[in-house]
Amino acid sequence: MVSQEERELHVLAVDDSPVDRALISKLLRSSKFRVTSVDSAQRALELLDLESNVNMIFTDYSMPEMTGYDLLKRVKGSSELKKIPVVIMSSENVPNRICSCLEEGAEDFLIKPVRRDDVSRLCNRVLRC
Amino acid sequence: MDYVNLRRQAASLRKGLFDQGYLDEQFYQLEDLQDDASPNFVEEVVTLFFRDSARLMANIDQALDKCVKDFNKLDVYMQQLKGSCTSIGASRMKTECTAFRECCRDENIEGSHSLSILNLCMRSFQKIKREHSVLRQKLESYFQLLRQAGPVECATRPNK
Repeated sequence: MVSQEERELHVLAVDDSPVDRALISKLLRSSKFRVTSVDSAQRALELLDLESNVNMIFTDYSMPEMTGYDLLKRVKGSSELKKIPVVIMSSENVPNRICSCLEEGAEDFLIKPVRRDDVSRLCNRVLRC
Repeated sequence: MDYVNLRRQAASLRKGLFDQGYLDEQFYQLEDLQDDASPNFVEEVVTLFFRDSARLMANIDQALDKCVKDFNKLDVYMQQLKGSCTSIGASRMKTECTAFRECCRDENIEGSHSLSILNLCMRSFQKIKREHSVLRQKLESYFQLLRQAGPVECATRPNK
């Protein structure tokens, strides 16, 4: 029998800002995702190493030490992780940045503050839920 | 206790925050996310904001105190603060953060040098601190009224 936990899609939220982490987590939980949130790209990679059931990643772009773009490259460069859709979030609308992320394989690039509609739209497109 | 009056006061205070430009429509988004699973979501996020913004502002204070002329670093700190302001709808603070970042980036003032820019940044930062303090006071009063009024209180959007 499949548990509720197993039925729920699992999203990893990555943001060094506690405010934004709370917001994106709530947005995703309101859309019925199971959410794990971490405060750095490094912690995200550690979790991805341990957990094989992450269905999607939402990550902030600007983070100290390792950016969301760096995380995206690591995910897309990994044979085990590359199929996980990655969404980048940023408070700054920088066209070069957006292009780079999309070229690197990001599913989408959202300008903060992220809205419920953004999550629903992405969910429908990427995960067909 | 006169719960109706308390709710009326809370609603009035909330309306004032929007009318006077302290908050913008992003605050409505926070309210929309509040539900039975997270009945205090707005207050929790606002509390997180004031805790985190105090930390960021302490970093900026320290950098300015040391007369750090690394305007890129100041800009990075301020970008983080501005981001948090945007996330909760702290509109006036966000505006002042933008002004501060303009100071950091301004290399075009005739005869300017880094000390002048630093002074401009300091003045701009004082404005941010004032807005932060006022917003904190008003929101603390608002949430206190909501707590006193009890859980039945439902925030409604003012007519646009």
